[in-house]
Amino acid sequence: MQVHADRERCCGAGMCALTAPEVFDQRDEDGLVVVLRSTPPAEFEADVREAVSLCPSGAISLTEEDAAALPG
Amino acid sequence: MTTDLTSAVRQADLLAVPAARGTCPFDPPPAYEQARRRAPVVPVRLFDGTATWMIAGYHEVRQVLGDPRFSADDRAPGFPFLSAGRRELVTERRAFIRMDDPEHARLRRMLTGEFMLKRIEELRPRVQELADELLDRMIAGRREADLVAEFALPLPSLVICMMLGVPYEDHEYFQACSRTLLDNSAKPEQLAAARDGLVEYMHRLAEGKRREPDGGIVSRLIERGELSPDEVASMCLLLLIAGHETTANMTALSVLALLRNPRQLARLRMEPEVTRDAVEELLRYLSIVHTGLPRVATEDVTVGGRLIRAGEGVLCMLSTANRDEAVFPGADELDLDHPARRHVAFGFGVHQCLGQPLARLELQIALDRILQRLPGLRLNADFDGLRFRHDLVVYGVYELPVAW
Repeated sequence: MQVHADRERCCGAGMCALTAPEVFDQRDEDGLVVVLRSTPPAEFEADVREAVSLCPSGAISLTEEDAAALPG
Repeated sequence: MTTDLTSAVRQADLLAVPAARGTCPFDPPPAYEQARRRAPVVPVRLFDGTATWMIAGYHEVRQVLGDPRFSADDRAPGFPFLSAGRRELVTERRAFIRMDDPEHARLRRMLTGEFMLKRIEELRPRVQELADELLDRMIAGRREADLVAEFALPLPSLVICMMLGVPYEDHEYFQACSRTLLDNSAKPEQLAAARDGLVEYMHRLAEGKRREPDGGIVSRLIERGELSPDEVASMCLLLLIAGHETTANMTALSVLALLRNPRQLARLRMEPEVTRDAVEELLRYLSIVHTGLPRVATEDVTVGGRLIRAGEGVLCMLSTANRDEAVFPGADELDLDHPARRHVAFGFGVHQCLGQPLARLELQIALDRILQRLPGLRLNADFDGLRFRHDLVVYGVYELPVAW
């Protein structure tokens, strides 16, 4: 699972940092999203998915690791 | 042209908003819940007979508030107003709550650093000190008090004044103005007078900070050199009002809700580690921003199976969305075990409450200190005699007589 954050869309609400503090932080100058671990370990996966859902501006997204392994 | 909305208007009576609450003052109006059970998006009638859409379903509220095609700009045609007074209050001197991106983002980002989690967390010891000082004063030689006047209102007021650099001595003035501004039954002249008075007050305060900066939020905004005096005044006014009215009412109403749910209260007192979860559940259950967040469609958008046309207004009913049983099983009960994090009490989308980390901090501390320091806390009045803020944009109780 790869975590992406679009700082242009970020509104600084901090829900990601509140929900998955090991994976997300807010930068000091303006509180916008910082991704601490872009491929977080499996133990944080549930929290990261919740953070994606709770982000009010849709700034956080995920790409699944095995997307590259689609049959074709 | 016939639209979903115009043909709805031609049919039988539309639900009038705001509707009255039922027997339980903690529950949203029964008519809203009934409407949501029929459909997540329903046409409703405003005070002046105009039709608008009520967004009552949880997913639909998130969809609308997260969609930039729904504008927060109250100058846009079709923007829904809840009273004549609200419509009269529209002005060029807007705060960012009534703007869309990119101008909204530009202004909001000047404040996001001030309210981020780490920064707010640094205030914890000071807020706890303030809470304890207020309680010390309240309990000195007494066993009863009005929790609103002596604790729930002063605590967030003191904190936001400290953060902004507003003198707390002026609190009676700005609290009176802010109460008027939130009153949907206030006449246009009253609203304008309160607003103009506060704007004038803020201009004078900002002038003072220009001469003598104090490191507070008002000073720091001025020092950026990017804002006009009007912009500084409207932003700081918004922070002042939003920063105390909301938390004050959540605090008092939360205590009342816990008093009415004694098993939940006992659990919270015995297990202070559940305080954070309790605050989320109380935010969900009480949803004090209860008159619906207004937006207007700038393009045709389908929501909940209804076609909302450009120029039609919507009211996003946070309280009703937070009682959506499909999302929150047992939604109409207050239960500290409910997973409540997904609530929309702070709204959704790019306007989601900027102050939410501060609100959470203050509520966690307020509830913790009240429960720890007031053993035997009980309501000191007849529940049926309590006065609720039905007509105000932020719901709550006017007074909360308690004893301990």
